[in-house]
Amino acid sequence: MRTAVIAFVGALVLGAVLLAATGANPLEAYQAIVTGAFGPDGIQDTLAYAVPVVGMAIALAIPLRAGMVNLGGEGQLVLGAISAVSVGLHVPGPLGIVAALVAGAVAGGLYAAVAAVCETRLGVPLLVTTLLLSYPAMSFAAYLVRFPMRDAGSSLPQSEQLPPDVRLPALGGDGVTIGLFLIVAAVAVFAVVDARTPAGFEAKVTGWAPRFAAYTGIERPGLTVRLLACSGGLAGLVGAVVVLGFPYRFIDGALITPQYTWIGLLAALLATANPLGTLAAAVFFAALTSGGFAMERATQVPRELTAILQAVLIIFLAAATGLLRTRRSPA
Amino acid sequence: MIDAALFSSALGALTPILFAALAGALCQRAGVFNISLEGTMLVGAFAGVAGSWYTGSVWLGVLIAAIAGTAYSLILAVGHVSFGGDAIVLGVAINLLAVGLTSFLIRTVFGTQGTFSDPALQGLPDINLGGIPVLSGHSLLVYLSWLAVPALAVVLYRHPWGLRLRGVGERPEAAASLGISVTRYRYGVILAGGALCGLAGAQLALGNVTLFSENMTAGRGWIAVVAVMLGRALPYGVLAAAVLFGLAEAFGFRLQGVGLPQQATDAAPYVVTLLALFISSARIRRTRENST
Repeated sequence: MRTAVIAFVGALVLGAVLLAATGANPLEAYQAIVTGAFGPDGIQDTLAYAVPVVGMAIALAIPLRAGMVNLGGEGQLVLGAISAVSVGLHVPGPLGIVAALVAGAVAGGLYAAVAAVCETRLGVPLLVTTLLLSYPAMSFAAYLVRFPMRDAGSSLPQSEQLPPDVRLPALGGDGVTIGLFLIVAAVAVFAVVDARTPAGFEAKVTGWAPRFAAYTGIERPGLTVRLLACSGGLAGLVGAVVVLGFPYRFIDGALITPQYTWIGLLAALLATANPLGTLAAAVFFAALTSGGFAMERATQVPRELTAILQAVLIIFLAAATGLLRTRRSPA
Repeated sequence: MIDAALFSSALGALTPILFAALAGALCQRAGVFNISLEGTMLVGAFAGVAGSWYTGSVWLGVLIAAIAGTAYSLILAVGHVSFGGDAIVLGVAINLLAVGLTSFLIRTVFGTQGTFSDPALQGLPDINLGGIPVLSGHSLLVYLSWLAVPALAVVLYRHPWGLRLRGVGERPEAAASLGISVTRYRYGVILAGGALCGLAGAQLALGNVTLFSENMTAGRGWIAVVAVMLGRALPYGVLAAAVLFGLAEAFGFRLQGVGLPQQATDAAPYVVTLLALFISSARIRRTRENST
């Protein structure tokens, strides 16, 4: 906890130096970030951004619990989103919403399972297969919205808009939908499975001591495929939730540019995939990002400053936890 | 479809990947899994453009890019080697920091958003090798990247440094017991890798084009990480992998010309790598089975 505070203060100080160097008042800028993220106007934006970031963080935390890194979240997210749109455009009514969500989860889950099978059957490390498979998925979606699925009335690479009855109902303003509850449910399920079930225990034991886990009879290949299927499934569901919300269509790059996946992965890595820790880290990062937009409006400081703060904080934290580890067990 | 111009453009495309992949291979050999190539390359690209713009000399720009890459890679060196932080966490954060930092700087330094280019910005001149087709007419950095491959091979296999460096990578405890400073060697490879990534960025922003745009590395650093894996961190193996990716990228542009969607060829290098990894891992397993 103390290391976290030191890292946090260090990042703030560095950010203040950077702010002062560009001629802005650091205190004013920080104040704008906080009021922007949690104030009455900003909380909506924070929640809208937090939904995909938390979803991706939990998705990537699932295999991380067993020490497996899924670097292919972007591909699974995009594939889930494009599958949800293609189903949602053809199945009308509330059934369409359910079908689209399921399609997103299934597409992401199957795709991640393919990456897992590439490791268990073909011997290529998971880190590599997930990363490599991610890019063809993004290219495939980019192709679909440029050619077969393109909105004829627009010059942008985007799909047609989903009909009004195949949209997730909004909560309050435009940005947040009842998809929020789906993500909260996913966090809850992950927390319970992780803490209370044999499946969660198997994953944790594999993460702590892979060889011990193998001796006790935990079958690693099967576990890998199951965990990756869950991970990709949740990533695909996140994609579906995003496109079933405003602006109700798949826009090429709209899921990649905000860096949902990488920020989610960092949140999961920082919290060592602990469910509630991951949730807290992801919400914090989301607040920082949406606060950055408010700061830019209030003080003319570029919002990228918050991306810098975020990365610096993670670097400090990683270094500080590394220092603790090496002190405790001198190599 | 396939002519001299294709290979010529492949050479330009592969250079940034080759520089970064050599950096990755060097780090791998000393036991550092470096996935910060993408971010370091991006910082190098920005520093190269800013350096060339403010000094008016493209060569000073290249030098500044290499220095910036080295300085930026200090984050990984200090965080991972001195503090023992996780290399993957640090690498992902370093990549995100590079995107944030360069997007921040393009607005504060150049006062524009997205892309900075100017007719007065000096790019790398093409070098004429007596008009030899394909090989002639590239920037100096392209030729430098070719020289870097045998240079790395010589250092790794024919010089005491290389022997110690590989020792540090394979058995750090054994190397340390012989009086070799693991810390110093790992700092060395990470910083040298940073300089190589800086050159990769310089070639990208001052050689292939003459501009800086946000996130312009567009995954090339990740391709380099993959090239290290595909080439098993062997200098010539990495070269072969980079050639493969360069050809795929150049061929992609060509396919667009005949009406095939660019997305098909965007995906091609990754699919090719995956297939190559399947084949090589199957071969390794077979040899293992035969030897036991």
